[in-house]
Amino acid sequence: MKKGDEVIRLKNVHKIYDMGETKVHALNDLNLTIHSGEFVAIMGPSGSGKSTAMNLVGSLDIPTRGSIFLDGKDISLMHESDLAQIRGKKIGFIFQSFNLIPNLTTKGNVMLPMMFQGVDEFEREKKAEEYLKLVGLDGRMDHYPNQLSGGQMQRVAIARALANDPEVILADEPTGNLDTKTGEIVMEFLDKLHKEGKTIIMVTHDPDLAKEHAEVIYWLKDGKLEKVTKGNRVGYSHSRHSLFSRSSKKEAK
Amino acid sequence: MKDYFVLALGNLKHRGLRSWLTLIGILIGITAVVALVTLGNGLSAAVNGQFGVSSTEVISVQAGGLNAFGPPGSGVVNPLTIEDVAAINKIDSVDFAFRRNIVTTRMEFNKNVNYGFITNIPVGQLRDFSYQALGVNIEEGRLLKDGDNNYVVVGNNYMTDKIGFEKPIRIGSRININEKDFTVIGILEKKGSLVFDNVILMNGDTMENLMSYGDQVDIIAVKVKSKDLMIKTKEDIEKVLRTRRHVKEGEEDFQVSTPEALLSTVNSILGGIQAFIIVIASVSILVGAVGIVNTMTTSVLERKKEIGTMKAIGAKNSQIFLQFFIESGLLGLIGGLIGILLGGMIGFAGIIGINQFLGSNTTPNIDFIFLGSVLFGSFIIGAIAGTGPALQAANQDPVEALRG
Repeated sequence: MKKGDEVIRLKNVHKIYDMGETKVHALNDLNLTIHSGEFVAIMGPSGSGKSTAMNLVGSLDIPTRGSIFLDGKDISLMHESDLAQIRGKKIGFIFQSFNLIPNLTTKGNVMLPMMFQGVDEFEREKKAEEYLKLVGLDGRMDHYPNQLSGGQMQRVAIARALANDPEVILADEPTGNLDTKTGEIVMEFLDKLHKEGKTIIMVTHDPDLAKEHAEVIYWLKDGKLEKVTKGNRVGYSHSRHSLFSRSSKKEAK
Repeated sequence: MKDYFVLALGNLKHRGLRSWLTLIGILIGITAVVALVTLGNGLSAAVNGQFGVSSTEVISVQAGGLNAFGPPGSGVVNPLTIEDVAAINKIDSVDFAFRRNIVTTRMEFNKNVNYGFITNIPVGQLRDFSYQALGVNIEEGRLLKDGDNNYVVVGNNYMTDKIGFEKPIRIGSRININEKDFTVIGILEKKGSLVFDNVILMNGDTMENLMSYGDQVDIIAVKVKSKDLMIKTKEDIEKVLRTRRHVKEGEEDFQVSTPEALLSTVNSILGGIQAFIIVIASVSILVGAVGIVNTMTTSVLERKKEIGTMKAIGAKNSQIFLQFFIESGLLGLIGGLIGILLGGMIGFAGIIGINQFLGSNTTPNIDFIFLGSVLFGSFIIGAIAGTGPALQAANQDPVEALRG
C-alpha cells in the first residue's frame, strides 16, 4: 500500500445502542477517511462517541447503519470470527491499561497475535524477540507483566501490536495510565513507527497530546464530526532520529 | 493444538490454589475408583488362592450346620458318613469319591503346645489323586507313602516358624500329636493360603486310629468322570443325599459345591462391593465435574477483559473456545493423574496388607488399558464440564468484554 492510499473509511456510520426504552445514538452519520501513513488523532470529551468510533475503526464492532471499508473491503456485514482474523492481521491495538495477558511472559504476550494467525512457533519466537528488542525490552523477555513497570508494559503492548506487521496501529489513550515522562517515551515510539510508515490512529481526550503528535485531528461531539484540524506534526521534519537508541539507553540505566 | 495446551497449562499454574481446589472432587473420585479396582483385583486373586483349588474336576460335599468356628465338618448336627461316600461312589458319572477328615488337635514341639489341624491322605490308589486334587507340592523331603505310620508332612508355615513353636520345624523334627510322636518327612511348598500352609498331612489309616472319629466324614471329595458331567453329577449327588438324609428339595442340610460355583460366589460378592463403591466414586466425580463447571464459569467472568483483548488481537471464537475447553480438560486430566497415583498407592498398600493378613503372596498387577481409559475419561469429564463456560467465553462480544 502506498502512502496516502485510503486505509479506513467510515461512510454514513450510525451506531445506536438499544437500552431498553431509550435508544442512545452514539454515532450519528459519521464520515471520515484515514489514509496510509497518517498520524490521526480522534478527539472529544467523554460521551462524544469517540470510544464507539474507535471500536468501529478497529473493527471490534459493526455499525447499526452505514459502511466501514478496511482496505476497500466492506467489513460492516462480516461475521465476528472473520473480523477477528482481519483485525489480527491489519490492526495492532494499544490500550490505555495495557491489557497484557497476566499468565504469559513478555515474549508470550508478543507471540500471541502471531499464534492466532497460525504462524509457526520458531518464527513467532524469532519475531517476538526482534520486536522486544525494538522497544528496548530484550532483557525482560521472560518476565511476567506484574514484574514490569507501567511504561515497560505499554512498550510490550507496542511490541505486541507490531507482531503481525499491521498497517494500522490503533492506540486508545496510550499514555492515560502513565506519568508524563513515561508517557513521552511511549509517544516517541509511536512517532518512530509513524516515521517508518505505519498508520497511527490515536484516541485521546488530551488536546495537547493530539496537537503535538498528530497530523490530522478529528474532533467529535455528540456523535458527530465537529471539525477536522491539522496538528503541529504537519511538515514534521523527522529530525528526532535517535529516539529508539535514546530510550533504550534510558531503560538500560 | 500444542500451543493451546501450553497456554492452558500456564493459566492453570497461575491460578494456583484454586486450580488445586477444583481438582479435589475429580481427584477423590478417581483415587477411589483406582484404589478399589486395584484392591478388588488383588483381593479376589488372594481369596481365590485361599481356596487353593487346583483341579476343577473335583466336587466337594459338606454337611451343613454350625460351622462358624473350627474346620469344615466340626460341630455339624448330622455329619456325613462313610456310607454316604459309598453311595456317591455308585453314581454313574462319578469316577470315585473319597473321605476327607480335618481335625484340630493338640500338638507339641520344642516344649511348646499349640493347636493345629491335620487332614487325612487316603491310603492306596486314591493317594496320588488326592495329592493332585489338593494341589500340594513338596519343597523338602517327600510326600507320604502307604505304611508311613509314624511320619507326617507339614505345611510351609511350620518351617518358616509362623505357627508359634518358636523354632522352625525341619525334616526329621519330631512332633507330638495327640500324645503320639511323629517324624516330619516332608515340607510342602508355600501356597499363599492359610489352609495349606498351616496343614499337617497324615495317612488316613494312621489318623483314623489316632483321632478315632469312626465313620464320620467332614468332606467328601468327588472326582467326576468328565468335566461336562459336573452339573449333572452335582444334581445326582444332591438327589442321593436327600434320600439318605430324608430332606426335601430346598431344605438340604448339606452342600454340594463345585469349585467354579465357590469361586463365582466369592467373586460375585467382591464384584457387588466394587460396583457399590464405584457408584459412590462416580458421585464424587460428578461433584468434581460440577466443581469444574463452577471454576471455569468464574474464570470466564474474571478473564472477561483478557478474552476481549485476545479477540482484539485477532483470536477467533473457535480459538477462544479451544483454549478454555482444553484448560478445563486439563483440570480433569491432572485430577485423574494424581488420582491414579494416589489410588494406585492405596491399592498396593492394601494388597500388601492382605498378603500380610492372609499369608498370601498376590502381586498387584498394573492394567495399563484400565489406567489409560481412566486418564482419557478424566480429560473428557473435564472437557465436557468446560464446554458451557468455553462457549460462553467464545461468544463474548469483543467491545463488551474489553470493558471488563
